[in-house]
Order: sequence, then structure tokens, then C-alpha cells
Amino acid sequence: MRVDLQEKKLGKERLERIIEICVAIENHQVDPFALNVDDIISVVRQYFPHWDQPDELKLDAEALHHLASVIKLQSEWVKQRSTSLYTDPFLLEEKIRHTSKQGMIKVFASAWSPLVESELLSLPAITQGLLYWDGLVPLGDRWKNVDVSIVETSSVSKADMVKARVLSDKEFGEELECFWQELKLGVNEKCLDGKIAYWDFVGAESYEETVHRAFLTAFLVTYGYATLEIDRLEETVDIIPFEVARFEPLSVQSVSVPIAVSVEDWQKWKEGKQL
Amino acid sequence: MSAKRKGQYAGKVKKASQMLFYKRHVKPGVKGWELHKALGNDYPKVLDVLDDYLKPLDMQVKVVFEEEKQPEKPTIEELDKARFFVTLRNVATKDKLMGWRVDDLAGLAIAISYIVSNKGQVARKDVEKLLGEKIPNWKVGLNLDRYVRYGYLMQDDKGQLCLDWRTRAEVDQKKLIELLLSFDTEADASEMVESN
Repeated sequence: MRVDLQEKKLGKERLERIIEICVAIENHQVDPFALNVDDIISVVRQYFPHWDQPDELKLDAEALHHLASVIKLQSEWVKQRSTSLYTDPFLLEEKIRHTSKQGMIKVFASAWSPLVESELLSLPAITQGLLYWDGLVPLGDRWKNVDVSIVETSSVSKADMVKARVLSDKEFGEELECFWQELKLGVNEKCLDGKIAYWDFVGAESYEETVHRAFLTAFLVTYGYATLEIDRLEETVDIIPFEVARFEPLSVQSVSVPIAVSVEDWQKWKEGKQL
Repeated sequence: MSAKRKGQYAGKVKKASQMLFYKRHVKPGVKGWELHKALGNDYPKVLDVLDDYLKPLDMQVKVVFEEEKQPEKPTIEELDKARFFVTLRNVATKDKLMGWRVDDLAGLAIAISYIVSNKGQVARKDVEKLLGEKIPNWKVGLNLDRYVRYGYLMQDDKGQLCLDWRTRAEVDQKKLIELLLSFDTEADASEMVESN
């Protein structure tokens, strides 16, 4: 019994050593042919009858698995060396060193078949070129000089900027707040169900004003001051203002809703309003 | 083959020769799909006919596949992805330089054979060292850059050189190595002494 235990211990140690060597070969640290596969197989065979525990059988299987990898590496090595293209780099280097330039060219020319290619103008190509040249507008016409007159620099007041519509007379946040109040007031006055049709709110006397209102409405929805209710069957869009601004929409994944505000849509809305 | 069919083929062969001989892109040659589009499904047959015409002129239609290894029986899909060229069949000794300088062509021969023997990849500095034994150092770098630019060699960002499309199109690598190994260097050396 004791002898059997000693035998098992020795067997495990030998298998572990075999696995270590195989792993070193797999990692290209050792030459694959440094391992005698027949000897290893006889060792594995010798100890196999002693194994009855799962971990012992696992060790045996692991040794065989690594051994198979080594055999594969040996086979690849043989295959690579046996291909007609394999040449010992050292041997070839020596050959190159001892061959003259003329000799190298003589060898190379026998294995070389250079490409044949032509670059030649044809009559149609020349005609095409001439036609293109005829139709080409002179550079002077294409790059017309821009008349830039020298202007004295001076300061401009905010009122002038507002007048020129470069700046708004209100801060954007302030303007948005007013617009939200207008929306809430409009809904309270005109609608009982707490919502207003998109075009009824956005639509204005001029198209420019309508676009401006649509622009602000988009920000109202994005910043959580209001939301949109879309009925895809009826094809209607309503705006529902919130009593208190909700900032969650900025933190959760939002969905973009494209709403076209074209001149045609605006004219259609205006005609409908007049009727 | 009927006269009409012959006529059709003659037209296609003419078209194929124009496409293959005249430079159309930066890289020479024509992609298989371009020939497929211009000549129809039977373009491999058209190219076979053209190849027969070119034989007496010592030229051939050569195909370089996307994969380095040439398929034994290429499918039409593989042919479509391949690149077709016209190359010389044999380089006669008197024309062997083909407009190249002796040093430059010898350098190319050395670089290609060295890369082939090293499983198709080698560090640029190793090739430079080898070329530097027979070619002035200032010229070695310039030549290697030229081989890369022409499409004979390819250099990766780690400074490794490997063979590019042009070598695959123009050079019979197996033959080159065989000839180099069987080359009689002693006879070559005595020839050189006599000529000097």
C-alpha cells in the first residue's frame, strides 16, 4: 500500500515535469525536438494503471494534451523545412556574399518577368483634352477679385446689434422662460385638456416669426419645460407644458422628433386659420 | 467556332489587350472585376486567347491573387479579386537590366531572395547590412525606399520588410532561390577575375 502511494507520488512528479517541458516548448523557449516523444509516451503509459482519482486522471490527460501540442510543433517544423521555398538563411546569406553583382543579375533575370505597360496618348484623348481646354473658363473669371474696401474700425452699441438682429434684446434663458410662460398661459386660456396643437402655438403672422417660435419650442422640449404628444394615426402633434421644469430628459436617452416647418405648411396653417 | 463568335472574341481580345497594356491606375494592371465588367463572364477564356497571341511575342498574361498562395483551380470570385498584368515570359540576357542600373537590380535580387529565405519577413536593418557589403551605404537606404515605392517590397511600422504585389507578379520566387543555390560561385569568381 505504502509502495503504491510512493509510486503514485513519483508518477505525479514525472507528469508535472513533462507538462513543464511541453509548456516551455509551446512558448518557443526550447527546441521541439529536445523532447523524445516515445520516452514520454512510455512514462505516461507506465503510470496510467495507478490513476483512479479524478485529479490524477486530469493530470494524465493534461500531459497528453501538451504532448500533442509538441508533436504538432514538430510536424510544423518539418513541414516548413521540407517546402521547396525553405532555405537556410545562413546558407543563402553566404551564397549572396560570394556571388558577384553580375552573377546575382544573371540568376535574378532567369526568374524575373517584368511587367509590360504603356503610357501613350491617343488621338481621341488629345481631342478630349482640347475640348476641355476650350470649355475651361479663364482663371481670371473663375477667381474674380473680391472688391474689399478698407473700413475704419469703430465700436458698435448693443442696441445697434439688436437692431441688426445680430443679438437678441433678451438673454436666451430669459427669452425661453418668457416663451414657456406664454405657452402655459395659452394652454390655460384656450385649452381645457392641458395641451395645445403644435401649429396653433408655433404659427405666427410671418414665416420668419414662425420659424423663430419653432426654434424656441424645440428648446422648451429639449430642456424639459414641455413635452410633445404625437398621434401617428391622426398625424397630430400637441405641446404639453409642464408646471415645473423637468430636467430628467437631459439625463436620460432622448429621442429626436423632426418636425418640418416649411413655407407650404405655414401657408396651409394660415389659410385654415382664416377659414 | 462560328465566324460571328470568332468576331466577338476578336473584339474582346482587342479590348482586353488595351486594358492590360495601357496604364489605367497608379498601380499597373487591371482588377479581375474590371475585366469581368468590360468583357463579360467568359473573360478568363478571353485572357487565355490573348495569352496565346502574346506567346510568340515572348509575353504572357499573369494573374496575382489576393492571397499569397495561388489557388489550384481559381473560382470566378477569386479571379474577380485578383490583379491581371502582361509580363515578359523570359528576359533575354542582353536585355536583362531592362533599364535598371546594375547595382540597383542586384540589390533588388538580394533583398528579394533574402526575404524569401526568411519566411517572407525580415528586419530592414538586416537587409541594409547585407546590401551594405557591396553597395555604398548612402545608396542602400535610397534603393530600399525605391523598391518599396515601386511595389516590390512592403515595410510595416515595425521596420519589417516583406514582399509586395510587384514581386508576386514579376518574380518566380521558387526558381530564384533554386537558381541562386545552384549557382556556381567559384566559376563566377574566376569569370570576374578574367574579365578584370
